[in-house]
Amino acid sequence: MSGDGEQTVDRTSSEERVALLEFREVNTHYGAVHILKDVNLAIYPGELVCLLGGNASGKTTTLKTLLGMVAPTSGEVVLKGEVVNDKPISYRVENGVTMVPENRRLFKRLTVKENLILGAYLRSDKDGIEADLQYVFELFPRVEERLSQKAGTLSGGEQQMVAIGRALMSQPTVLLMDEPSMGLAPALVQQNFDLIQQINEEGMAVFMVEQNANMALSIADRGWVLQTGMVVLDDTAESLLANPEMRAAYLGEA
Amino acid sequence: MSTTMTSSGSSAAGGFRAPVTDQEWSKIGKWGGLCVLALVLVSLIGMPVGLDRRILIHPVLSLGYLSLLWIPLVMGSVVSRHIELEGVESPEPGGRELLAGALTGLIGGAGMAVFILALDNFNLRDPLVNWSPQLLELLTYGRGIGFGALAWILACVLLGLVGSAIHVVPAGLRRVVSHSFFGLLTFAVLEGAISDLSEGFGLEFLTDSIYAKRGGLTVVWSIVLAVLIGGVSMLTKGRLKAAKADYGALQGPERKRASRILFVSVALMTIILPLFLGTIMNELLANVGLFLLLALGLNIVVGLAGILDLGYVAFFAVGGYTTAVLTSPDSPFFAPELHFAVTLVIVVVFAGIVGLVIGAPVIRMRGDYLAIVTLGFGEIIRLLFMSDWLKPYFGGAQGITNVPGVDLGFVVIKGTDPRSVFYLVLVFCALAIYISWRLQASRLGRAWMAIREDEKVAEAMGINTVNAKLLAFVVGAVLASFSGAVMVAKVGSVFPNSFMILVSIIILVVVIVGGMGNIAGVLVGSFVLIGILGGPRQPGLLHEFQSFKLLIYGALLVYMMLQRPEGLVPSARRSQELHQEEFLQDVWLKGEEHEQEEHEAELHAAEAGGSEPDEGSGS
Repeated sequence: MSGDGEQTVDRTSSEERVALLEFREVNTHYGAVHILKDVNLAIYPGELVCLLGGNASGKTTTLKTLLGMVAPTSGEVVLKGEVVNDKPISYRVENGVTMVPENRRLFKRLTVKENLILGAYLRSDKDGIEADLQYVFELFPRVEERLSQKAGTLSGGEQQMVAIGRALMSQPTVLLMDEPSMGLAPALVQQNFDLIQQINEEGMAVFMVEQNANMALSIADRGWVLQTGMVVLDDTAESLLANPEMRAAYLGEA
Repeated sequence: MSTTMTSSGSSAAGGFRAPVTDQEWSKIGKWGGLCVLALVLVSLIGMPVGLDRRILIHPVLSLGYLSLLWIPLVMGSVVSRHIELEGVESPEPGGRELLAGALTGLIGGAGMAVFILALDNFNLRDPLVNWSPQLLELLTYGRGIGFGALAWILACVLLGLVGSAIHVVPAGLRRVVSHSFFGLLTFAVLEGAISDLSEGFGLEFLTDSIYAKRGGLTVVWSIVLAVLIGGVSMLTKGRLKAAKADYGALQGPERKRASRILFVSVALMTIILPLFLGTIMNELLANVGLFLLLALGLNIVVGLAGILDLGYVAFFAVGGYTTAVLTSPDSPFFAPELHFAVTLVIVVVFAGIVGLVIGAPVIRMRGDYLAIVTLGFGEIIRLLFMSDWLKPYFGGAQGITNVPGVDLGFVVIKGTDPRSVFYLVLVFCALAIYISWRLQASRLGRAWMAIREDEKVAEAMGINTVNAKLLAFVVGAVLASFSGAVMVAKVGSVFPNSFMILVSIIILVVVIVGGMGNIAGVLVGSFVLIGILGGPRQPGLLHEFQSFKLLIYGALLVYMMLQRPEGLVPSARRSQELHQEEFLQDVWLKGEEHEQEEHEAELHAAEAGGSEPDEGSGS
């Protein structure tokens, strides 16, 4: 879909390339409450990375700061080498950052098609939009069948497809996913992660925030663990899965 | 099919099927009680006495009696429908429903009898203003307590029975009967409009014979009309649906042509019809148009962008006052006496500015807060125009009078010629409909709908929600200001009290009842509510309802929220969904008893033959 995605992904040398999206010593406050504390993150083209952490650890705030819904109080948010601290959401969306919100949050009383078209709100290339619609249908044939149905009438799994499809419609280079497995039936969770992996294999960088650490790490390249607003672990997925501390705290092993 | 036969057969063989089960007793009690309450309430708010002078069928039925008699009818119908649902295991219609309806009516009638006795024996006139001898006289038909009580019991039982019978008789009959009933009611209620129209076409002789001198249909003509309507209904059965389906099935250029023909014919009708209408009807249409214009504007704000604006009247007032100040020679401070057309440009600019000024602080709030703040702004604007502080500019409570009409060169549009006003309003309404229609399908319209559905996510899509919402506010404000400008030119004066909060609320009710976010719905809503019931100060066709208007508005709103939240005219897509759901539910219920093959056969039968597949053949 995008130029960045087509270059061969070489994960070992990712440090040398320009990060798609980066946090440099970011601090965020809600009023007097200090949420993110000197957080450093970097997402490189084609990567699938995940952010783990318990409740109130600042995961969602991280996403919101990346997208621009929350402004950092200090530090820099960097998009493809450019500091975008004071740029609006629309600027970041236009430059390839898109979020799939928590619980999918489709526009329930609008049709599936309207939902998808809204994903391309900032684009004006009609042909490109049409082509990307076809791309979404190819990815999710089920979505095409439901095109004129109201989004609220879809099943949970179908809604997830539309939510991802809607995000893809803005031609992102990095997809931010907030708790993609939340509220889905167990059988669908696996399917959902397969989907994410599939999209990533097409060349899209994915940054997901997830409670289900086992699942997330099983498909991710790298992961961070956030604790009360601080990054406490930053490693490859394999070593995180093997880390005893990690296993005790997040992977449900005593 | 066979299982149902045996189940009903066995119950018949077992002698007597328990006519009413325990649970149904409580239902009958509940609806009977509600029936009594409704009857007494309607009596005590003075509807029967107040509306007695409006005769529907001379000399049998007045609107006053109708205000009571519909209650047992509806209650009987409701109770039998509930029981029908309970008795899923034996879908064939039976005496049980009839009994339930009659009993509900009996409770209602007995309650009425007790009420009549109480009316006769106690005097509670002090707290209850309408506890009057006239009410007693009316309820007993002036023939004594005994006759009155008995008559009410009988009438209510009968009506309850009829109400429940609606669900027992075959669908075809139900259709014909309800069509002739409502058709007759329409003829009776719309008497004024119909005789006015026939006068315009020179057909007075027809209406003179249909309607009695004192008003109301004559008995003979009622029967003739009922039979005629019934006949027409029988002849056209399924035709309308088929025509609609045909229209829906049309594709591409054919569809376009069909819609164009439809549009042109409707447009011609609206242009030509008023020529044959008298002053009163044209006045009424002009009022409907003014409110339609307001409702279309509010529909963009509430229906599309989801901003619950309760102070919408503010923009109506701004349009009105701007026009008055700029055109009237009596404007106290600044009287340039501009032409209406020039004024209009300034009105648009002004309304836009006020929209921005009010919108900017308000738009960042959500839901309840926004509603309350807009409510406040609506009142503030009115109070400002009323205030002594601004009296030198806007005339305070005395307002600005002597506003000239719209001089078009060949004709002057003013209130004394409501037909010309109607045409002026029509132009604005057409413009507003076109704007709404184009906006709905536009990128901006989609952004509004996205904001209505989920503002946070809309923001995440890159939509500038603050700008989009402000724009909705401004577009709404401009449409409302048009309405205000025309209203002032029509009335010839402007007073702060024309812009009460009630106006905002009534426009909102029009939008909600018609169907939010739906242009056709708003059209129907304003015709039904403003045309028939009347606006805040403007009388409708049922001008007798004037004092009960707000009650009816409220009741209608509650009913709509409970039963038809999508409005009178839901979008085609929505009603199709509902239909499908009902249909699936039917299939599911029957599927419990039937084999899969039979089930499928039924599906086909249902598709071919309407909604009740085995009603005719089964029993």
